[in-house]
Amino acid sequence: MSGQHCEPSGRSTTDTRGLDRFALVGNPNSGKSTLFNSLSGLRAKTGNYPGVTVAKYEGRARLADDFVVLEDLPGTYSLDAISPDEHVVVDVLEANGEISATPDGVIVVVDATTLRRSLTLLAQVLQRGLPTCVALTFTDDLQRRGGRIDIHALTNALGVSVVAVTPGDRGQVTNLKQTLARWRDWPAPVIAPPTDAAETAAWASSVLAAANYVEPDSDARTSRIDAVLLHPVWGTAVFFAVMFAFFQTIFVVAAPIQGWIEGIFAWLGEAAAQLISIDWLASFVGEALIGGVGGVLVFLPQIALLFILIALLEGSGYLARAAFLMDRVMAKAGLEGRAFVALLSSVACAIPGIMATRSLPSARDRLATMMAAPLVTCSARLPVYILLIGLLVGPDERYGPVNLRGLILFAMYVIGAVAAMSAAAVASKISRAGGRLLPFYMEIPPYQVPRARSVVAAVWSAVGAFVKKVSSIILTTTIILWLLLNFPQHTDAEMQAHGVDTSSEVAVSSYALDNSFAASIGKAVEPVFEPLGFDWRINIGLVSSLAAREVFVATLGQVAAAENPEEPALALSQMKVLDGPNEGEPLFSPATIAALLMFFAFALQCMSTVGVLRRETGSWRWPAIAFGYMFALAWVAAFIANRVVGAFG
Amino acid sequence: MSVGDCAIVTELDPTLHPLVARRLADLGFAPGTQIEVLRRAPLGDPVIYRICGYEIALRSAQTKFINVELKS
Repeated sequence: MSGQHCEPSGRSTTDTRGLDRFALVGNPNSGKSTLFNSLSGLRAKTGNYPGVTVAKYEGRARLADDFVVLEDLPGTYSLDAISPDEHVVVDVLEANGEISATPDGVIVVVDATTLRRSLTLLAQVLQRGLPTCVALTFTDDLQRRGGRIDIHALTNALGVSVVAVTPGDRGQVTNLKQTLARWRDWPAPVIAPPTDAAETAAWASSVLAAANYVEPDSDARTSRIDAVLLHPVWGTAVFFAVMFAFFQTIFVVAAPIQGWIEGIFAWLGEAAAQLISIDWLASFVGEALIGGVGGVLVFLPQIALLFILIALLEGSGYLARAAFLMDRVMAKAGLEGRAFVALLSSVACAIPGIMATRSLPSARDRLATMMAAPLVTCSARLPVYILLIGLLVGPDERYGPVNLRGLILFAMYVIGAVAAMSAAAVASKISRAGGRLLPFYMEIPPYQVPRARSVVAAVWSAVGAFVKKVSSIILTTTIILWLLLNFPQHTDAEMQAHGVDTSSEVAVSSYALDNSFAASIGKAVEPVFEPLGFDWRINIGLVSSLAAREVFVATLGQVAAAENPEEPALALSQMKVLDGPNEGEPLFSPATIAALLMFFAFALQCMSTVGVLRRETGSWRWPAIAFGYMFALAWVAAFIANRVVGAFG
Repeated sequence: MSVGDCAIVTELDPTLHPLVARRLADLGFAPGTQIEVLRRAPLGDPVIYRICGYEIALRSAQTKFINVELKS
């Protein structure tokens, strides 16, 4: 997910030049993004504002006879910007903003149930002098909770158009679209609202009084649910149950779908091997192309499920509660509750985790969380762990009543979590010296039934971005790797001169591997990895896994010249140490496997993550620091594991 | 203040950074506004308050700068 070009280019249907532009501004939780989805459907495209780390959402809406462009700006409570997100909103509304074209009109999305607070933001927008209209959301909730508002009087008091709109209500959405079409005739307030905080509050009071506004009672349904979900005992219990269900769903529900995808690609690979008669081409198509793409797409069900679950938790309002419950724990690491969400997402993949840090208002917290996120055990580590643990212990070995494989896997997750929290604590302590502490505040929105359209939109853009960005990186790596493993090519005469039995396929491929470019690289880095018990064959796997961890599994399969590429573990367990004092002993001894597990737990072997870190921090400095400190950690941990297990094993 | 208490904001501490003070005011913590303590997190902090018809969680690190007068 690196780079800014995620929109399909060259398609005239997405060309937005020359169209009228509207920016959506509103408080977080004001229904702004729901309204955006409802106006623009799934035609939205995501990108980045140039030079900053904030995501840009742009979509087109069809009015009566023409399209207009809608820009969904980050949610904000104020135009006195503190966070990077808020600075973007200010810049877009500026007449000569640097990062985006000034919109023709602004739609301020105002939640009718929190009208007083929303009016302070509206006042600040009106001071910018752009054509403005108000989309009033949640009027149904206001009524249900015993509140009241006279929209006609509100229009008069504000001096701008006010349209009540419930995103699901087609009539109201059409009404808003008709208002948008008339933007050139929008009324403007006679006098702009005051800028001073106290005067703004007085202005808001007078508007509320003029509109006969009656504040809603607290949401009875929300209070009843929170009495349980935020209860000191029950709330904590439910929280852990939700987290348990979250992981169970991601791993258990995704497993059979992942099995199908693996099956399809295995079948495709075999078909390619049979159909293509040229050996090297068959190997290229089967191993590099199909194997590379398949290796990525296998994670698609998990990524999709993760985003569905997060969208559901967020849309229902539970995510804010989870952040509230976890805030004190996160504070121990110098972070705040919302960082928990980012670290939780990192269990699937550090990339969405790093992107989730955008919700953190403090730049210091963002950085600390980004430095920690790649240490959380992500789904790309999973196939590596499963392979290595499978080599280490048998399927039925138990420690008491507990399956030993499961126990080790659980321990790896614990190691990841502890490492991430410690790294965050250190990073936040180091950067605290420089930065000013930002206030922590978090709105606890009323519970809602998540909207299907918002969930679909979230999953759609995440899955699309994952497939496009990550597959390009992994595909490139597998192709390069295949080239390195299979070249230079050798003639029969050359091999016979070196005493190779050219009639034996195994002998030929083993000679080709020993003399490949990859082997030279593996041998060149041997001094670095030898103390960890790794030989050059493992090193090839490590070098290739710097692109993406899961490549390690495929590489070792290739390296082992596996007769059974479906089950690399079987071939691997028979690999022996080729030289040195331990010659003839199994290469994958418990000490080596323990060292490998530790290395994968800590090292930043993921170019996509490095790319996202570069994009989100705006420089190569932070990805370089992350890569360096994680490599050092990985090496030291692997060394210790190798020595400790070697001494006992 | 303990859970269930209501109070009126009297002033924001003048030592507060101007941007932070402005943000708290924009969130509704302006003099004269009523706040109610709704619930505490299991470990005591943060605390959820009800203000201007909505609920917001604040840490004690921020609330110590908001001076209030308890309503009986």
